[in-house]
Amino acid sequence: MEKEDGRMAQAARRETSLGSPIHLAVWLAAFLLLATSHSLLAQTDCLACHGDKTMQDASGHSIAVDGNVFHASVHGALQCNDCHSDIKAYPHPDHMAPVDCKKCHVDEASALKDSVHADGAEHPCTSCHGNAHAIFPKLDSRSNVYPLNIPRTCGSCHGNEAMAKKHGLQNVLASYMDSIHGFALSKEGLLVAANCQSCHGSHHILSHKNPLSPTYKTNIPATCGTCHAKITAEYERGVHGKAVKAGDLKAPVCSDCHTAHAIVRPTDAEFRMQSTPTCGNCHKDKLSTYHDTFHSQLGLLGGYVETARCWDCHGAHEMLPASDPNSPIAKQNLIKTCGKCHAGANSSFVEYQPHVNANDRKLNPALYYIRLFMNVLLISVLAFFAIHTLLWVIRSRYDQIKNGEEKDGDKDA
Amino acid sequence: MEKRKTGTKMPELERAVPLKVESNGGPMRFFVRFTRSQRWLHAVLFTTFLGLAATGLPLRFSDSFWARGLASAVGGFGAILFFHKFCALALTVAFLVHVKDIFSRAFAQREKGIFWGVTSMVGNWKDVKDLFGHLRWFLGLGPKPHFERYAYWEKFDYWAVFWGMIVIGFSGYAMWFAPFFARFLPGWALNAALVIHGEEGLLAILFIFSIHFVNTHLRPDSFPMDMVVFTGVESEEEFKEKRPMEYERLAKAGKLESRLGEAPATWFVTFARVVGFAAIFFGTLLLILTLTAYFF
Repeated sequence: MEKEDGRMAQAARRETSLGSPIHLAVWLAAFLLLATSHSLLAQTDCLACHGDKTMQDASGHSIAVDGNVFHASVHGALQCNDCHSDIKAYPHPDHMAPVDCKKCHVDEASALKDSVHADGAEHPCTSCHGNAHAIFPKLDSRSNVYPLNIPRTCGSCHGNEAMAKKHGLQNVLASYMDSIHGFALSKEGLLVAANCQSCHGSHHILSHKNPLSPTYKTNIPATCGTCHAKITAEYERGVHGKAVKAGDLKAPVCSDCHTAHAIVRPTDAEFRMQSTPTCGNCHKDKLSTYHDTFHSQLGLLGGYVETARCWDCHGAHEMLPASDPNSPIAKQNLIKTCGKCHAGANSSFVEYQPHVNANDRKLNPALYYIRLFMNVLLISVLAFFAIHTLLWVIRSRYDQIKNGEEKDGDKDA
Repeated sequence: MEKRKTGTKMPELERAVPLKVESNGGPMRFFVRFTRSQRWLHAVLFTTFLGLAATGLPLRFSDSFWARGLASAVGGFGAILFFHKFCALALTVAFLVHVKDIFSRAFAQREKGIFWGVTSMVGNWKDVKDLFGHLRWFLGLGPKPHFERYAYWEKFDYWAVFWGMIVIGFSGYAMWFAPFFARFLPGWALNAALVIHGEEGLLAILFIFSIHFVNTHLRPDSFPMDMVVFTGVESEEEFKEKRPMEYERLAKAGKLESRLGEAPATWFVTFARVVGFAAIFFGTLLLILTLTAYFF
């Protein structure tokens, strides 16, 4: 986390310094406007007092406004009382009504109304957009909602353990920042990398339990498909996609395998290690039989990621049953599929059963009896010799004590 | 030890040149039981077996709590298979050398009694009688049997290892070179190979690290270790007590002296003891880990 904070701070510093030539231009423009425009006199009037950086109200809150920043901001052309509308003259009353952004931002306000952030007292506009006098367009790097700044903005609440606990939410910032999306954003600065609002939306954020939400289970493939179009198309052709479309909510969508926030690169050891139990959450019998094979034995040792995991044979997104001729596990495709790792695989080789159950006498009689024979051999040999040797040890010791001679077996030395 | 040449010949042949006995000084006489090449065979066998067990067990019990730790102790997940195959190759070579040795003794040197008789490893009626006699003695129902050169449990150890190497070796190579073996084996045989390899390997590990250790080294008469497989020789007293029938047979035939050996060098005994105890320690450790996989 600290590392992430550092990275964000660094990015922020970089953006501020980049902004300085713009500042200069804004200053110049402000001077020109000052000379010509009458309407801005209202700003200068207010800034005569509020330009003092130390200015505070009776309760000690800063009521200072940085005129330079405000001029440059998206609202820089407005007069102060366009927003602080209860100010009609100077001196103005001590207590003023809160600014109502809804007055202008009607669409955003209506989107917010049924969202999870509808409570304006707990989620004022400034909680995301920041200082009301320093709001920049969303594609301006100084903006709190600039793509590269969004995780930090949302994370100020959703990266907070206490807040997460209070609302029964996951503390997601850390897992996002360590995810492939988070790295693309923080390391590479990719504006196209998925940030919070790419999946959740901005003003109209709905609970994932709401069928209208882009994060509602059946909407997730389309949401991810906004960027991952090809994968989504493959997924929809496969059995999982078809099942979800048919209303089977048990079938997995993207986030069931990849998680929602802690998404890692699928070729990473970390993902390869965690993926088999993920499939096994639903395919319990298949996981248990896979578990008995060499693939699993070597794979479980950690780090040895080359061994076959579920999707190495079954494919990942376009999941097709063995009866489908396009499936990698269709009989006619097995030599190619197994051959990816086992060079020289032939038709006899691919008869190997990667999910064999040696306990199933009807399905695998040969294996069942081989295993039975080996077990009987093992148990009978060990049982016989355990008794034999125990009796022997007792008898020898008894003789030694009876004869009063303590042998230590060293006489050959 | 150092200058002995007779040690490389087969004691069964009893044609070793009699060594000079220090009749005045040492009352303790030593008799040769194993040749140098037999001792080497045992050394290669137990080192590679320990290596195979240490690299095989983490695979067999890959979901146990110690599997990953042991795998990385061996040198990481990638090294596991490499070491396993390396030990397997070394053991295969030792096995083939042993088989070649048997055949050259039997056919080139025309050694009588290698396949049948008192000095053969092949079981006979006396072994059956000895087994029941021994069991009766355990229970105090009869006298202790008089054993010949190889007792029944020693023959069992030998044949268990012999059969084990064929079974484990063949199933192991079938998995190693699966596409090749699939040319003449059915697909399910590859499934069977893992079951056989795993179960037979487990049997070998459990047997060697418990039964063999106790029968041969840790039982009260040999405790803490029977050094004869390292030094090749044992004292006359031990010879007489452990294998009275062989001793009497040689004495009657007047061939006892032909089996006389030299007392082993102190440094060698110390060295062998360190190696032997290390082997027993690691074997016991692996045995405990294996057992925990069943109970935890």
